[in-house]
Amino acid sequence: MKTKSGIEINEQIRWKDISPGGTVFSAGSAHHFKTGDWRTMKPVWNPETCKQCLLCVPVCPDTSIPVTSKARQDFDFDHCKGCGICFKVCPFKAIDFVKENK
Amino acid sequence: MAIRERMSGNEAIATAMKQIHPDVFAAFPITPSTEIPQYFSSYVANGEVDSGLVLVESEHSAMSVCIGSQSAGARTMTATSSCGLALMWEMLYVAASNRLPITMALVNRALSGPININADHSDSMGARDSGWLQIYSENNQEAYDNFIQAVRIAEHPEVQLPAMVCQDGFITSHAIENIELIETEKVRAFVGDYEPAASLLNAAEPIAIGPYDTVNYYMEHKRQQAEAVKNATVVLLQVAVEFEKMTGRKYGLFESYQLEDAEAAIVIINSAAGTAKATIDAMRAAGKKVGLLKIRVFRPFPMNEIRQALENVGAIAVMDRSEGFSAAGGPVFAEVRSALYASEKRPHLINYIYGLGGRDVTTGHFEEIFETLLKIEEDKQSGEVYRYLGVRE
Repeated sequence: MKTKSGIEINEQIRWKDISPGGTVFSAGSAHHFKTGDWRTMKPVWNPETCKQCLLCVPVCPDTSIPVTSKARQDFDFDHCKGCGICFKVCPFKAIDFVKENK
Repeated sequence: MAIRERMSGNEAIATAMKQIHPDVFAAFPITPSTEIPQYFSSYVANGEVDSGLVLVESEHSAMSVCIGSQSAGARTMTATSSCGLALMWEMLYVAASNRLPITMALVNRALSGPININADHSDSMGARDSGWLQIYSENNQEAYDNFIQAVRIAEHPEVQLPAMVCQDGFITSHAIENIELIETEKVRAFVGDYEPAASLLNAAEPIAIGPYDTVNYYMEHKRQQAEAVKNATVVLLQVAVEFEKMTGRKYGLFESYQLEDAEAAIVIINSAAGTAKATIDAMRAAGKKVGLLKIRVFRPFPMNEIRQALENVGAIAVMDRSEGFSAAGGPVFAEVRSALYASEKRPHLINYIYGLGGRDVTTGHFEEIFETLLKIEEDKQSGEVYRYLGVRE
């Protein structure tokens, strides 16, 4: 994340340099904010049962189901908050929903 | 050539807005500022302006629209009074801390309850710590002039803060007085185009406005915001100089009236200053050394300048048209007294709460106050500091 003049916004930035109002001058900065440790429940993907229908992908509120070459990959556990919507929506029971044990 | 006209304070503000020609005007009507959106709606309907007019269902929404609109890069204005400002409260802080130079016409009216629609400063005084700049106006001319200047001050790159231009409900907002208007093309040239440092509609530079600020950043943002308010003092004076070149009308952070050699003085805001000046003229003619300091800019508070202007006066009454319920005097008093603490001379200072809910204040009242002050100056005894004017005992 950077200010308009290109200064990196981190915990060392001085008040004189920080963006007025906290405006962020780069897209996709939510990626830097790891929300994975909010989880109390965890989805578990079973690639053998998964038919790659991709119904889980658009319902994920945290964009935590990465897709490459038209196929979903394992969860992005840095950002998945464990809401369980993917588990509910999966027609093939290819996603389990278990207690987070971390 | 300037245009001689006669109009109310509300029409004066609406005229300034029409001449400035904002991109967006968003408001919800409330007495006594209702006429401002009413006038502006007619300008839109008549095709005199092509501003986006957003009429909302509450003042909270009015300020929310202003925030969204100004963030998008549009010059945005609103008008309100009293409980309307109170309903904006949450969003006032967002506007200021997101550094959005929205301009607001505030027509001062008492806050409920008991419900009352008349002039008093409890609305704007309550918002004094919201981060908005506050510029006060004695009459329709000042309201008009201040509003035009406020756009420039608020939008200045070193400031980037919202500004409210205040005038007294009914007394100024509805009284029709003579006024000197500036030609529209001169007003437009004076305010120029709004060029935001960043805006949401600029696709070439994607930004996020108003993100969550964690403990590691919030304080840096507040420190920076405080600096912007300080910067506003300098910018206010620069803009006033340019405004004087255009109109011949001189503005400062406050107005001093017969203050140079005054033994007794009052500090006051808005319309009652006119009444006080009439009293001063009469008392000066009778050889009494009395004067006045009328605060124009309350935010930023001109701490040092007020100290310098008042420290040689013997006795001072600070007039508060709102009750701060501190049990120790009104908000203007607290700040003026604080300003004078740094002075070696420290004049005698008393506070009057006056004019609440539109209670009349007359030349007789001011004469009484000046006589009290001259007695204090003679006796070197302030007596009761926290006083009420014009209340039935």
